Amino acid sequence: MLTIQPLRWGKPYKSLDTFDVIHFDTGESIAKIGQVNGGMVQMDMRKADQARKALRAFSCDDLIKKCEHAAKLFEHEPLPVGDGMQSVSDFIHQQSASTGLPEHMCQSNMKKNCFVLSNMSKILSCLTRGLPLDIYTKGYGDEGRGVTVSYQCQSPVLGAVLPNNSPGVHTLWLPAVPLQVGLVLKPGSQEPWTPYRMISAFIQAGIPAEAFCLYPGGHDVGSTIMSKCSKSMIFGSAQTVQQYSGNPHVQAHGPGFSKILLGDDIVDRWEDYLDMMVESVASNSGRGCINCSGIWASRHTKQIAEAIAARIGPMEALPPTDPKAELAAFTNKQMATGTWAMIQQDLAESGVTDMTASYGPRLVERERCGYLRPMVIHADSPTRGVAAKEYMFPFVSVVECPQKDMIKSIGQTLIGSAITHDAAWIDELTNAVNIDRLNIGSIATNRLNWLQPHEGNLTEFLFRNRAYQLAN
Amino acid sequence: MPIMTGTSPAWLASPSDVSEAKQRLDAHTVETVQWHFHESTGSPFWLGKKAELKFDPLKEIKCFDDLKKFPMFEDEWLRGGPVERWIPKGLAGKPTYVFETGGTTGIPKSRVVIDDFRIDYELFSHTLPDEYFPKGANWLMLGPSGPRRLRLAVEHLCQYRGGICFCIDLDPRWVIKLIKKGWMEHLEEYKKHCIDQAITILTANHNIKCMFATPKLLESLAMGLAEKGTTLRECGITGIFSGGTEFTPQWTRFCVEELLEGLPEQSGVYMTPTYGNTLMGLACSRPITDEDDYTIAYYAPQPRAVVEIVDFDDSDKVVEYGKTGRVKLYTMTKEFFVPGFLERDEGERELPFEKYPWDGVSGVRPFHGFASTTTVGVY
Repeated sequence: MLTIQPLRWGKPYKSLDTFDVIHFDTGESIAKIGQVNGGMVQMDMRKADQARKALRAFSCDDLIKKCEHAAKLFEHEPLPVGDGMQSVSDFIHQQSASTGLPEHMCQSNMKKNCFVLSNMSKILSCLTRGLPLDIYTKGYGDEGRGVTVSYQCQSPVLGAVLPNNSPGVHTLWLPAVPLQVGLVLKPGSQEPWTPYRMISAFIQAGIPAEAFCLYPGGHDVGSTIMSKCSKSMIFGSAQTVQQYSGNPHVQAHGPGFSKILLGDDIVDRWEDYLDMMVESVASNSGRGCINCSGIWASRHTKQIAEAIAARIGPMEALPPTDPKAELAAFTNKQMATGTWAMIQQDLAESGVTDMTASYGPRLVERERCGYLRPMVIHADSPTRGVAAKEYMFPFVSVVECPQKDMIKSIGQTLIGSAITHDAAWIDELTNAVNIDRLNIGSIATNRLNWLQPHEGNLTEFLFRNRAYQLAN
Repeated sequence: MPIMTGTSPAWLASPSDVSEAKQRLDAHTVETVQWHFHESTGSPFWLGKKAELKFDPLKEIKCFDDLKKFPMFEDEWLRGGPVERWIPKGLAGKPTYVFETGGTTGIPKSRVVIDDFRIDYELFSHTLPDEYFPKGANWLMLGPSGPRRLRLAVEHLCQYRGGICFCIDLDPRWVIKLIKKGWMEHLEEYKKHCIDQAITILTANHNIKCMFATPKLLESLAMGLAEKGTTLRECGITGIFSGGTEFTPQWTRFCVEELLEGLPEQSGVYMTPTYGNTLMGLACSRPITDEDDYTIAYYAPQPRAVVEIVDFDDSDKVVEYGKTGRVKLYTMTKEFFVPGFLERDEGERELPFEKYPWDGVSGVRPFHGFASTTTVGVY
């Protein structure tokens, strides 16, 4: 069995405390992961400056090339992970076994991470609006119009408290490396695979190992990373996001409450957008913040809900190795039963209808895990509680709401795909501060253009634009 | 004597030492029972209990194993007054302390003490290496204060060794409340408040060489000093007596290697983990070594107290060496008698050690039966 140890500035640390990563269905131990404590993180962070120093020994362009090489290694080659060599298929099996995601989805997430790594040059060009990257290395430079600009790095490392269940989110911290910012990561207890394999790929591609820390451990490790790294990101619940709201040191990622808004001008042709709506709801087993949890329209909502239910309602819980598997397991059975109990409360409200009721039971309980089959709920008004709900499986509420009331009623929305040609409404949508990523037209919410910032621009988070004057 | 397979550890106690210790324990048990159940010397509590027993302890307790005839001690009996019912008649009139444990909500458990804390800590003092705990050195007490025995006990330990003890206030009940309320910022500030005081004392030229600290406070203190560019060693600390909350081998390794800058022979700083409570006293640990993967094995101050590791389903049955069970404590002093009490901990049964030729316990952690509902290791 694989044993994976914490990495402290690139050096494996043989911990005496280990945590077993368990197969979600069989209960078998897949790997042992060495654990650290918060004190060790605190001790190490005194040397954080060395991480950026090691990375600054290379130019950003060199690091971008190394990232491209790392992408190839990550996607195609066996890599040293822990005390063994991990093939691509090992990685996919392991990730699926501990997270409950079907294997083909693990493969898709792997490709997504590789896409970002392979296209790092373009991504950084977009995030920096084309500034020469050596400005980020030196801290200042000429913007190109004879204007001096300065971007001062705010932290030698980016800390990240990573989630258990969503291998797709790792794209968010990858651009830190070519910007010469080290990484201090706390992998999720069930998803250590991507961070470990990615860091291994970076090191094999020639990026200095001393730029990386990987700290599996308990809550104290997460809180120490958050308090000791000047810049960090965390993935958690709406409560976590609320807790860090307004904190300039923390980028908090939580539920997306992503939505599709059908304009009055096109809603009579809703069937044209059915594929896009189904994909937005059900891709990647509906787990991500980028999955659609609400479809809003002023009319035809019952028919829309019926049509989506007919497409996703029959989905079955299949083994993760089945290429047709579309649902991820809840690896913690209580999560499935608890979510189901919350949905029962949602459904008890008048004006709320379960459109998937005729497609068989939704809650599937197994010995060690659980599944929730897709649900489409119709809400006759935006005031229904279910209109503001998001769960970690394909779950969508189709909400009847006049177009004029939509923007103010939808609440915080990570991705809003508005299908309309109504110029006045597009203008209102563009100015709506409760929508983060705005798609105008038929763009599935899960189809992210990585050349756009996601929940904040990482360069603006890590670097401060400040005055820098040079005497003639 | 334990049946050994493979190579015996170098520190294993000899069969004759184990046998002698057992004889001493049996004799001490009989003497203690006679004291607590005799009408002229026993406490009102135990004399009252005697009437409920189906046997006569004065006649039928002839060795340690006979204590299993008693029903299990219930710590609930320690809640509320009058605490005088616990004072043996043979000690009536002596100056008496009352020490509390628990009590974040509701009535705390109380134990009356006359001299036990002094005796326990004097015995413990003889286990401390003078090289690292020099006689005459001053101490810092960085642990719970108020109605707890630890603060007075550490102060006595220091005085017994010829030093003066510097203390801070620390109220663990308030710490537990902060955690339960989720007031983590307040918790951090309170911790900082305690650590700031400790740093002030340590850096004020008081010739402090030794200290008591709980593991968490020791870590915080070392971190606080690191932020000021110094270390415990640089502040002059050579001996640390730690306890009060759970130790793990990994934490101990981190503490020794990183906070204390190495094992004593390299760093000049010696840290000894201990296990104890108000009911039992203080159990010492076998010296911790890297070869032994920083295993922490505790040995009770027998015959005044005994630790057994018993089957989870049968508290009269001691588990095999190396096997896991519930920690069962016995206390047998002239002041206090506990004929078997199931602690809130579990651990592995350890072989007798040359210095302490009786059973020990390692891997002490909250009993899995209620670990999730207990707030532990808070300060």
